[in-house]
Amino acid sequence: MTLSQHSELHTSSKTNSVEIPLWKQEGAEPFLKIENVTKKFGEFTAVDNISLDIYKNELFCLLGGSGSGKSTLLRILAGFESASSGRILIDGIDMAGVQPWNRPVNMMFQSYALFPHLTVADNIAFGLKREGVARSEVKQRVDQMLDMVQLGHLGKRKPNQLSGGQRQRVALARSLIKRPKLLLLDEPLGALDKKLREETQFELINIQEQLGVTFVVVTHDQEEAMTLATRIGVMNNGVIVQTAEPHLVYEYPNSRFVAEFVGSVNLFEGQIIEDLPDSVRIRSKEAGAEFFVNHGISCAPNQTVHMAIRPEKIKISRNKPEQANNWIEGVIEDIAYMGSLSVFKVRLASGKDVRVTQPNFVRDMGARFTWHDKVYLSWQIDSSVVLTS
Amino acid sequence: MSVSTGAAWIDKSASGMAKYNIFRSVNWGRLGVIAVPALWLGVFFFIPFLVVFKISLSESAIAIPPYTAIFEWDLEEAYATFKLNLGNYFYLIEDDFYLDAYINSVKIAAVSTFFALIVGFPVAYLIARSKPSTRVVLLALVILPFWTSFLLRVYAWMGFLKKNGVVNEFLLSIGIIDQPLVMLQTDFAVYIGIVYTYLPFMILPLYTALEKMDLTLLEAAEDLGARPLQSFFMITLPLAVPGIIAGCILVFIPAVGEFVIPALLGGSDTLMIGRVLWDEFFLNRDWPMASAVAIVMLVVLVLPIMLIRNAQGKEEAHS
Repeated sequence: MTLSQHSELHTSSKTNSVEIPLWKQEGAEPFLKIENVTKKFGEFTAVDNISLDIYKNELFCLLGGSGSGKSTLLRILAGFESASSGRILIDGIDMAGVQPWNRPVNMMFQSYALFPHLTVADNIAFGLKREGVARSEVKQRVDQMLDMVQLGHLGKRKPNQLSGGQRQRVALARSLIKRPKLLLLDEPLGALDKKLREETQFELINIQEQLGVTFVVVTHDQEEAMTLATRIGVMNNGVIVQTAEPHLVYEYPNSRFVAEFVGSVNLFEGQIIEDLPDSVRIRSKEAGAEFFVNHGISCAPNQTVHMAIRPEKIKISRNKPEQANNWIEGVIEDIAYMGSLSVFKVRLASGKDVRVTQPNFVRDMGARFTWHDKVYLSWQIDSSVVLTS
Repeated sequence: MSVSTGAAWIDKSASGMAKYNIFRSVNWGRLGVIAVPALWLGVFFFIPFLVVFKISLSESAIAIPPYTAIFEWDLEEAYATFKLNLGNYFYLIEDDFYLDAYINSVKIAAVSTFFALIVGFPVAYLIARSKPSTRVVLLALVILPFWTSFLLRVYAWMGFLKKNGVVNEFLLSIGIIDQPLVMLQTDFAVYIGIVYTYLPFMILPLYTALEKMDLTLLEAAEDLGARPLQSFFMITLPLAVPGIIAGCILVFIPAVGEFVIPALLGGSDTLMIGRVLWDEFFLNRDWPMASAVAIVMLVVLVLPIMLIRNAQGKEEAHS
């Protein structure tokens, strides 16, 4: 299957479902319930009082930088670490004191952790054999798994005879063969190159939908989180700072940390001048202008806030925009041509740099804008958001 | 680079092949590096081995050196003699004494190797799994005995095991036994001596194998439902096999030819090939016989081990 077919499959299955997602339903029973979980290593608090509900068939992404506590949380779910305090319930059962080998949970390791002395088929069969499943059934289920990850012909190979992408599939098959209720994936695509990663992430979603397993994915790659997740939990310093669907995390970040961690953003510090019925008016010294933003949050006049605007939502032009407000002027300091788009660094009169990206909709963008050009940057009232924290 | 056509390139590589291979493909740097140890082995191992082999084919004589020459020629009488004596080898087969000595040596070495593995594995495991700072200390402790003379340490064991030695005194004092145990000059003492002496050679390769093991493999095994003991037998042990083989070979080979330990700790009935060799050489002054014993030992021991290593190497290359 080609990449585009995959993506079509994926989007159609999502848009066709008229069901309201479980996490939006009042009183829906979460499948995985994390209650006030804290993990301390000596003085260091890796996971700080996290509570989180994850629902059946979700593909939940824990997104955060290194040291944010996301991997520790995953290891607590797998049973390799025990929480210093708090509870974890999987399908209503308290996991306290349940050893890793008794949990209805399987994990796909970042390094894949394939057993080097066993063949691919034996690696995949490992979990079933420990359960004492009959030999004929083991073989049948291993073959089924090998087919699912498209490795049917490689069952007799050893892991070191496989490519990185093939190893990743073996690891996935091995972790799914016991039909776990919950699958934990630690940076599942981290070791793959970009092209393979794009293909694999759609496959991963297909498999997840096909088997109806709840996935919890840990990643530091926001693009990976965006494409995979039904919901994203952004982590920082052991705390989940925002939990929302991917587009909401991107378009409506709830803090400067989230805005800056997920994608790139321009932040303007400013004061609220006026709280209008459908918008707020902000004056920013940095930008040397006043802005209107319609995504209001409850705020008081004179409060210091940040206005955040994504680089791709800014229009760059040589001529003065016709709109009355939400525009500023500056000089192009730098241009980075990236093939599909160009990135401009525009310096304002105050010395602040603004990042603007434009798709290269004509072949020769360079002829349109060049270094030291005086340009106008403008955006719509619903393009930016106001951040108070 | 010049823009050469495909045809020119083919031509060059075809006609100039022989010349090209000799002068270009010899990697002189690599050859130089290998040459030094190769020369060392040649001069100090292979040539002496040939000398021993040569002596084993001659006859014992009361002379200096105490054996006959294989090749003799006399210019005045105008004759040359070339006499190969295979009698020593036939004698080895005929007399059960030598066969018993070989079998007993292999048996004692095998049992000692087994116990060295049983004792060494947990020690190596402990060292490999401890903190890096502790590891350094423990490894130093393993090597520490080498700083004392080997002979001295074997003598120390005599002090431990003799009739009124430390072990007997202790057991008598706490009342477990009322007669001192006979331990010295038994096979038991030989086992103790060999296991004690060669234990570091078992521990170090085991440690190396265990230390480089990826510990997430154990987590993966547990995650897939294996209890710790199962993970040990399914993952840790198979991955330690190269270390086990290396350690066993390092203990087994010197143990077979061991002379000092059976001489000092063993009884008069502890028959080992090392002692036979010593007796042939220094008591009987039968150098050819002693050489034959040595050659047979080498063939009996080294050939199977080389075959094992070879098979193992192929296995590794294959996987």
